[in-house]
Amino acid sequence: MNYKGRMWVIGGLFGFIALVFVGRLAQLQLGSEEWTEYAARLTESRETLDAARGLMYDRHGKLLVTNRASYDILYTPRAARQGMDTAAFAALLGWERSALEAAFAKADAYASYRPSVIVRQLPADEYARISGELWRFPGVKARTRAIRSNTAGLAAQLVGSFAETSAADLEADPFYRLGDYKGKSGLEALYERELRGKKGTRYHLVDVRNNYQVPLDGGRRDSLAVPGADLTLTLDKELQAYAERLMQGKRGSIVALEPATGEVLALVSAPSYHPDLLLGPKRGANYDSLLNNPAKPLFNRAVRASYRPGSIFKMVQGLIALDEGVIQTSTRIPCDRSIIGCHGPHSYDNLTEAIVHSCNPYFHEVMRRMVQGRRASSIFDDAALGLGHWTERIQRFGFGTDLGGQLPGIRKGLVPDTTLYDKFYGRRSWAYSTIYSIAIGEGELLTTPLQIANLAAIIANRGWYRTPHAVRDVGGKGKPAGVDSLVQTGVEPERFDPVIAAMQQVVEGAGGTGWRARIPGITVCGKTGTVQNHEALEHSVFMAFAPRDTPEIAVSVYVENAGSGGSWAAPIAALLIEHYLADSLSNPEREARILAARDPFPEAP
Amino acid sequence: MSRRENIRSRLDWVTIGLVLLLAVLGWLNIGSATSGGEAVDWLTLEGKHGKQLLWIAVCAVLAFLVLNIEGEFFIRTSILSYLGMLVVLVAVLAVGKVIGGARSWFAFGSFSLQPSEFAKSTTALMLAYLLSRGDGKLRSFKTRLQAIAVVGIPAGLILLQPDAGTVLVFGGFVFALYREGLSGNVLVVAFAALVVAVATILTGAAVVQYPVIGAATGVYFLWAVLVGGGGAVIWFIIQSSLPRQRKRIRQWSLLALIGALGFSIALHTGMEKVLAPHQRDRIHVLFGIDVGNPDADYNIRHAKTAIGSGGLTGKGFLNGPMTAYAFVPEQETDFIFCTVGEEWGFLGSGAVILLYLLLLWRLIFLAERQRSHFTRVYGYGVASVLFMHVLINVGMVLGLAPVIGIPLPFFSYGGSSLMGFSVLIFILLRLDAERFTVLR
Ligand SMILES: [Zn+2]
Repeated sequence: MNYKGRMWVIGGLFGFIALVFVGRLAQLQLGSEEWTEYAARLTESRETLDAARGLMYDRHGKLLVTNRASYDILYTPRAARQGMDTAAFAALLGWERSALEAAFAKADAYASYRPSVIVRQLPADEYARISGELWRFPGVKARTRAIRSNTAGLAAQLVGSFAETSAADLEADPFYRLGDYKGKSGLEALYERELRGKKGTRYHLVDVRNNYQVPLDGGRRDSLAVPGADLTLTLDKELQAYAERLMQGKRGSIVALEPATGEVLALVSAPSYHPDLLLGPKRGANYDSLLNNPAKPLFNRAVRASYRPGSIFKMVQGLIALDEGVIQTSTRIPCDRSIIGCHGPHSYDNLTEAIVHSCNPYFHEVMRRMVQGRRASSIFDDAALGLGHWTERIQRFGFGTDLGGQLPGIRKGLVPDTTLYDKFYGRRSWAYSTIYSIAIGEGELLTTPLQIANLAAIIANRGWYRTPHAVRDVGGKGKPAGVDSLVQTGVEPERFDPVIAAMQQVVEGAGGTGWRARIPGITVCGKTGTVQNHEALEHSVFMAFAPRDTPEIAVSVYVENAGSGGSWAAPIAALLIEHYLADSLSNPEREARILAARDPFPEAP
Repeated sequence: MSRRENIRSRLDWVTIGLVLLLAVLGWLNIGSATSGGEAVDWLTLEGKHGKQLLWIAVCAVLAFLVLNIEGEFFIRTSILSYLGMLVVLVAVLAVGKVIGGARSWFAFGSFSLQPSEFAKSTTALMLAYLLSRGDGKLRSFKTRLQAIAVVGIPAGLILLQPDAGTVLVFGGFVFALYREGLSGNVLVVAFAALVVAVATILTGAAVVQYPVIGAATGVYFLWAVLVGGGGAVIWFIIQSSLPRQRKRIRQWSLLALIGALGFSIALHTGMEKVLAPHQRDRIHVLFGIDVGNPDADYNIRHAKTAIGSGGLTGKGFLNGPMTAYAFVPEQETDFIFCTVGEEWGFLGSGAVILLYLLLLWRLIFLAERQRSHFTRVYGYGVASVLFMHVLINVGMVLGLAPVIGIPLPFFSYGGSSLMGFSVLIFILLRLDAERFTVLR
């Protein structure tokens, strides 16, 4: 029997198998894109290039906030399985061994094959100390990360914090990825979009261990990171530093504005802290200690603390009263101390004298004339109408408003209106006699140090202000639109004459409460204030502007629980004004006295 | 015309050309697969492609030596070389080096040799010797038994290493036996066994809710169907057939049924009791059975990804990230075909399949043109061995066969396999060149 025919069976089988293979190849290669997509998922990797964050400069181009390299120490549990000398690593870091083991256990529980951060934001010098040894520890590597550095540690609360994004941040803005940082408060938060820049992307081919190999498509799809815009702040670095020095050891605030522009020259909330404390490996502990400090260093008093304005408010009353026509510059009112107390030897003041003497009955009567304006027959309706009108006029001075909200964290304070009193006393149940304490800046009125400094600017400008702001330039494009809106108070400029005269007398007049604010060769206009409080010394308050005829600076100074306005706040304001306007210090004893002063202040003699 | 020139002129240059082409393509793809994305220095003897070039040169010398040996020598030493190889296979079990879990290698310093690659040649020679002697046909039971022993003994020794892939290759000699007259029923039975095996594996991995005994493996259902359904079919066939044929049909059909059942039970028991879990997983993955381990199909998934992402024309030579960056395991040896698929696409990989088909058909052509019975059997042996290698290797990387590590002939990186295949094929070419001068 001949089996030669079987060659066709065998040859046919070979051909059939080849056909099956080619069919399978067609199915895999010419069928769906599934395998192509899966291959791309495996072999292509997108690298995000972080943009350099914009820097912050002062008004003269001096560097305030910069970026500096820090190092995160990462630990990959799986890679460390062979031979991690925990004791030696703990010694290198200067940690307790148990703390390191706890950190390792946490990393292992999170993801054994992924790097976890063991040490966060190690400064370059500390990293340099340990970097040479890191290779000895398998699974340990370092990653650089740019962090913020406040070069001179100035304006901590205004500049704000730059910290790791929360889950909510990641949810709210797809720009951020896990582990990214963002501005959390202050200008860092307010100008986050401008500062953060634009991330770049680089596509790589990776190997099976996810190491970058070569650029994908020759880098044609890549995009560069666009650095964030630099901010030029309105702050004067020198003045800010000096203001912070003056406030050292005290609680309170300083706000210095340029009256013509609304630019913030200095903004201090004391006690302050070095912002770099909130970076680096000790961030958590430092934050807790700042948070629990009874002096509240994290609280930005300059824009958030609310105090009763006290006698400073009398100037506003006088200005509105003049403008309303209920008094004239020459109008004298008897100091009738049966209704409301007063102090000092005076009995029949005109407006200027009443401001200098801080005469309570005078402004009680002025306010009564404004509120009980006989607009209605019932005194209750009359009071409601009068107060409504008064509230509007007061608000045009910025009180009870956020002053345009161009500074981070601004609070509005409080200007009582009819709604408030209706709630307090019931509708048509209150009249001027019920609410008269607001006439002299007491009662329900609350103002912030920024609003008082802004008042100084309004008086210096004779009737208007620009909304206070802290940024002059963003990325070379000039001042952002809308940060310095012009606001008119509606009070005629000439009405300011008696008020400015009074402020000059407060400083220069014999027995003026603000005599400690005198500066040889500079006409300072100021007004002292005191904020009563029950348990301790009153807060020392002073507001001023100078020079009188060409005002360049307007300030408010608050020193908590320090006594009268003239004793501490006035000389601090003077030192600051002189530092800004003059080349030299005229009164070194004054500076020495202020620098030596520490909270708690002694009871006034 | 001198005798040497005579041989040269009668050499089958088509086969040599195909083999050389495959070897060069293999070398190029090894270079690409192991480049790691770097530029490749093609002139070096360093690196895997450099070493492969060296192996190709060594094999050229080996081929030259083989071609200069009288064909008669191979025939006369068939028994000797076969027995010698058995000794070597026993020796490797004793003193061999374990690589990849199998004791298959002799280590000479940094250089290792896998004797089973050469056992294919000696077995093919021995089989040819056996069938070309005696009655020359596979009619006698004794010859059949001898043929099974000739293939079975070395295969058994290799199974002990264990190297399942090479054992399967030895199974390919059934094609040579079929050509020499082995009943075609063998192939039918083999196909039936394959169907039963697939059914056993699929049902064996499934869980079925049974009445009374509750949840258990689905293979019981298969066995129940075999007994019940098979019995019913047999009864129906017997009833509808002529009475005088009934006894014969009953005997054979019962034998088939019992055989199928026994094979299924043995296979299932083997799967569950003998195979290691990862080996069972490999087989399950092939059939799309979820093994609960996402990494179990890692190799084959990445192999399919590399090939599938090649598309029609491929990503271009030296441009395949899946293979160059080590996503595909063993990308220069057993999975070398992935590089072809990824970089040369459907056209390139289809062309390589075609080259192998042409080579196999050429080998059949060579075998059939022999007057020498010995050379014909040997030729079919060579074709069978190469076919099994291509079948298992390409089937594996295409996800059609389980992951069994055997090289792609002339293509995969490795000296032993390249030398083994060279010896195998050049002995045939020498015998073929003598086809007019010798009559055996
Ligand atoms: Zn008085």
